[in-house]
Amino acid sequence: MTMIEPNLDPVDRADPATAALAVQNLHLAYMVRGQPREVLRGVTFQVRPGEAFGLVGESGCGKSTTAYAALRYMPANGRITEGHVLANGKDITEMSNAELRKFRATEASMVYQDPVQAMNPSLKIGDQVSECFEILGHGKSESMDRALAALKRVHIAAPESVMDRYPHQLSGGMLQRVVIAMGLAKDPKLLVLDEPTTGLDATVEAEVLDLVRELRKETDAAVLLIAHNLGVIRTMCDRVGVMYAGKMVEEATSDQLFGEPRHPYTIGLMNSIPRLGLRKTDRALSTIPGNMPSIGTDLPTCVYVSRCPIATDICRSDVPPVVQLGDGRWTRCHHSDLLDQIVEPLAEVPEHLIPDDQVVELNHVSKTFRQAGHAVPALVSVDLGFAEGETLGLVGESGSGKSTLAKTMLGVHGPDDDGGTITLDGRPMKAKATDRRGEAIQAIQMVFQNPDSALNRSWTVRRILHRTVTRLTDISGEEADRRVSEIAEAMRLSEHHLDMRPRQLSGGLKQRVAIARAFAGDPRVVVCDEPTSALDVSVQAAILNLLATLQRDEKTSYLFITHDIGVVRYLADRIAVMYVGRIMEKGLTEDVFNGPVHPYTEALLSAVPAIDGVAKNRIPLQGDIPSPADPPPGCVFHTRCKYHIPGTCDVEIPPSVTVGPRHEIVCHLPIDQMPTPVTVTLSQKN
Amino acid sequence: MARFLVRRLLLSIITLFILLVVVFALTRVFPQDVAKQLAGPFAPQQRVDDLNEKLGLLDPVSTQFGRLVGDVVTLDFGESYSQPGVKVVDLIRPALWNSAKLVMLALLITLPLSILGGIMAARRKDTRLDRAIVSLGLASASIPDFVSGVILQLLIGVKLGWLPATSSSVPADAGFFTSLRFILLPALAIVLVYFGYIARITRAGAIGVFDSDYARTAYMKGLSPWEVIKKHVLRNALQPTVAVTGTQMGYLFGGLVGLERVFNYPGLGNLILRAALAPDLPLLQTGVLTVAVIFMLATLSSDLLIAWMNPRARLAGGEN
Amino acid sequence: MALTGENEITPDPVEPVVLPTVAAVVDGGAPAQDRKSVKAEQRRQLVRDPSFIIGALVLLFWILCALLPALLANYGPDEAVVTADGQFLARSGPDGTAWFGTDSAGRDVYSRVIYGARNVLTVAPIAAAAAVAAGAILGLLMGFFRGWVDELISRISEAVLSLPVILLAILVLVVFGTSKLVIILTVAALFTPVVARTVRSAVLSEAQLDYVTSAKLRGESSWFIMTREILPNITNVLVVEFTVRVGYAIFTVATLAFLGFTSDATAPDWGNDIASTYTLINANQWWPTIFPALAIASLVIAVNLIADSLDKALKS
Repeated sequence: MTMIEPNLDPVDRADPATAALAVQNLHLAYMVRGQPREVLRGVTFQVRPGEAFGLVGESGCGKSTTAYAALRYMPANGRITEGHVLANGKDITEMSNAELRKFRATEASMVYQDPVQAMNPSLKIGDQVSECFEILGHGKSESMDRALAALKRVHIAAPESVMDRYPHQLSGGMLQRVVIAMGLAKDPKLLVLDEPTTGLDATVEAEVLDLVRELRKETDAAVLLIAHNLGVIRTMCDRVGVMYAGKMVEEATSDQLFGEPRHPYTIGLMNSIPRLGLRKTDRALSTIPGNMPSIGTDLPTCVYVSRCPIATDICRSDVPPVVQLGDGRWTRCHHSDLLDQIVEPLAEVPEHLIPDDQVVELNHVSKTFRQAGHAVPALVSVDLGFAEGETLGLVGESGSGKSTLAKTMLGVHGPDDDGGTITLDGRPMKAKATDRRGEAIQAIQMVFQNPDSALNRSWTVRRILHRTVTRLTDISGEEADRRVSEIAEAMRLSEHHLDMRPRQLSGGLKQRVAIARAFAGDPRVVVCDEPTSALDVSVQAAILNLLATLQRDEKTSYLFITHDIGVVRYLADRIAVMYVGRIMEKGLTEDVFNGPVHPYTEALLSAVPAIDGVAKNRIPLQGDIPSPADPPPGCVFHTRCKYHIPGTCDVEIPPSVTVGPRHEIVCHLPIDQMPTPVTVTLSQKN
Repeated sequence: MARFLVRRLLLSIITLFILLVVVFALTRVFPQDVAKQLAGPFAPQQRVDDLNEKLGLLDPVSTQFGRLVGDVVTLDFGESYSQPGVKVVDLIRPALWNSAKLVMLALLITLPLSILGGIMAARRKDTRLDRAIVSLGLASASIPDFVSGVILQLLIGVKLGWLPATSSSVPADAGFFTSLRFILLPALAIVLVYFGYIARITRAGAIGVFDSDYARTAYMKGLSPWEVIKKHVLRNALQPTVAVTGTQMGYLFGGLVGLERVFNYPGLGNLILRAALAPDLPLLQTGVLTVAVIFMLATLSSDLLIAWMNPRARLAGGEN
Repeated sequence: MALTGENEITPDPVEPVVLPTVAAVVDGGAPAQDRKSVKAEQRRQLVRDPSFIIGALVLLFWILCALLPALLANYGPDEAVVTADGQFLARSGPDGTAWFGTDSAGRDVYSRVIYGARNVLTVAPIAAAAAVAAGAILGLLMGFFRGWVDELISRISEAVLSLPVILLAILVLVVFGTSKLVIILTVAALFTPVVARTVRSAVLSEAQLDYVTSAKLRGESSWFIMTREILPNITNVLVVEFTVRVGYAIFTVATLAFLGFTSDATAPDWGNDIASTYTLINANQWWPTIFPALAIASLVIAVNLIADSLDKALKS
């Protein structure tokens, strides 16, 4: 198979020997029962010294495999079948084991997802960090000194005491700093970051990214960054490569790529993300039909041909050329001149007025857990109502009580018995779901974050839906069968899918089944707990579209819990912001994004790495979220608030201030001093 | 840590108490008339009655149970039924010492071998070496101890004549090494049973660690495989091994009834079997409780050892 | 490229991926895996696993012996071996007439080994099945309800587990006698706590899954959730547990028989026969002991090989 490889700019990017990392026509296969299955199908790119290069693409595209291969770390059944990886001119595919160890000890390091797992649970932090220096030949005590300096370099609070601690005593954000400190210990020429902030809260993520940015300037290390979050890539990287099915389909600077994508796949990816303040009433999100080809599939021509909206016969018969677009930018497409034929979808949801009547209402609902004899107030006097057909977006850091709120409303655990009520059409409901009957049990249903956990794997889709229909409605017998088929059709599930078990379905289809189940009993309110966070963006788009149209047709209300500010802005009619079990702000979505807002909301909105550009004035949140077991006195946010008024905020519980129609903020600040959220500038990066 | 210890001790006492009730209940419903059996089939009724009276077997059940609890608290278990005049503790003590010798020797051989085997198998997962260790281990661990005992006795004791085939006839003046020869054969039978078991547990623990992200971190630091094993793998991988060794102590001390019988070895298991058949109630109850206490002490020590190895368990105050 | 172990991480789950039979045209996402292909793959893995094949063949042989001993045996279990010239043959070593030799009563060891399979192969599986049934029920209750039910059963289980099974069995059998039924019930009862503990932890991890919450949200009863929602998802655990317990039951029953706790000490039974002959080993009369011993060993190994392969296949 002949392949036209990108003919890179001769001046700047030609010589692989001077690149910090040069991946050349890398083919990698996993051996499954003696048969090679291709994962990487000829990947070529360079990371120049001091440059940050990002790899993006949906799961299964091979971006992480590429990252690990860059340090020659691969599964036992992984084989590099063709191509080379050069690091500063040395071919790591041809190194001996001793040379490879020396390379890893002195020149390259890696930081990956989940810092908690990355640290040895039974060794002190100091010992683990100093190990990086010992291997360079330093003595034990000198290594300890250097380890301390390394921790100081990543701005860890109280580094001396951190040295003496064990990993489980530190938060995820601190641990990721430690891992970064270890990675930078050797002043590497190449730093590979694989989803370094996935799983961290947006506020912590922002801090970690700030740190990496700062240290990069300091050390001039080249960075290879893998992230599924395009916002992270946009704010961190100089250049970006887009991968699909083990092949790079487009490479550009990040401003070029996010501003004007030039490959059908990149365009599909960009249009599927709610960005630039897009709302559901503006237009539906783009979706990419079909699946990414699985590992080992034979793809003789264009890897994207089966899902491409502008594919023609030539795409099926000929290998696409690499089209140079100047400045090192290129795309691998037959039709790079026809990209404007890809149309954006139309609006499917009309503007509608939200009625005043509340379907379900929470009044002064609190929930206190008992933990080892201590009272842990997880919800403190929450008031929240849901009007027919509205979406209430609930945001806040993890541990703020979002899920507890949802589960209390659902009756998974009963609220405190202190006069708080949950009402349905004004009538109080039983606290526990197991005590609720008839309308009350039918009224609130849930779509869970992880469909693998939410669907019983030994039941067929039909049985799951049928059981829900017969339990929650009066329908039975043949009528119930008909109803199941109707629901399935509304979710765009075929009859064939009904006889499958969850394991046979893709992630997106499973989430459709979960949504179908939630809607099967005609609920009034559906709680959606991060329903798309486990899905790729193109699948997320399809699910969000489905939720929006279902709401339009069924007039169901949503409680939509998410950490994705773009998604909440797209879908939610109103937003509620939670912090340490309390609602700090409630308001219509546009009002919240226009301000004035609560200082916490301001920080939360600014922390999100924006895909549309970089916020100039990010508001950093110092320290960790306080434990609900020991909330700060006065305003719970005062410990992290930059507007904090001494003598007031740390003493008095703030009042709820109405700053506009339906817009309430719990804060001591006078309305005119309340902050306005930062707006993301579309200009160049700093 | 102190809280963890207190909690563990309290739980152990509850468990012991439940066990005491179970054992007491079982021995009280003995179908045979204990006194009659002790006095012999042709003893006059008067003697049987006297014996019943003397042993307090006609007292109300609550009194009898109270007496047993009292015995346990004061650690005075009275005299044996089957060997009148001999204190129960004087029968238990030598048997316990014999069992301890056997167990120590067996573990001294088994633990290093099986840990080495387990780590090697994990490191070379899915290779021929791994498969050999795993299958041999499975096979040897499956065979009942008395069966491997019989086979070893024949092969090494009788056919090859390398070691004494039974353990009972130790000469009175035997030195350390001579006595060692007499218990080596039963100890080897235990090694056969436990090598595979412990090697498999170690292997599973080590595979988990070799696959962990922090082992990957260690490789990425540029450490050599041996340094990774020494500094990062062992401490974490051996925790299940320690736990399992602890839970097996009860079996090693009291459960090798069959093996002890094959070699006519005067250990605890043998003693308890004899007490059960006699029936010698004080000896039986004391023997069973001794095994239970050993089990508890062993699991407690292994928990402490794990807490030492694992700071999370140690510093969380025993929440896990 | 030369790869030694030090660069290895465990293989990503690169299962043979089968494209979904219907193209999921509405959205993307990871390609699905066919459930049928999963089951078929598990079966394929089993029948290709040499240890499973060996285990199954040995087990089948002993089951055949248990069902139709006369088919394979040369003599009756209690029949004395008489040579062609009418000679009564006792304590003779293995030869053409008596393949495994004869015991001191002149019976054919080979035939007794064949007949001996029946007893252990009835008692052990029944006891194991009873233990798994009882343990499954207790484990479901403990794992689902937690709280005091869990605490109470756990404490009792712990007490039972703190003594070796064989010791408790001796205690119980001394009290209640050694009929077959008592032996079965005793072994079953003593295995129940271990099974309950295994099932409990499997139920605990199932009960954390959202499908259980979802069932509660549509008002299902606890009984329904336990038996219809959770139970089908832990059958793999039960199957493996049953196989493992059969192995241990054979181990236990044989040891008990060896110690004299048997329903009929003269019946053909491997444990019985070892018990009545093992002292003769020192006199170099090894055949009446060693052959039943090897029979026990082969059966237990076979069952454990099957259990191990099943466990591996069902977890994959």
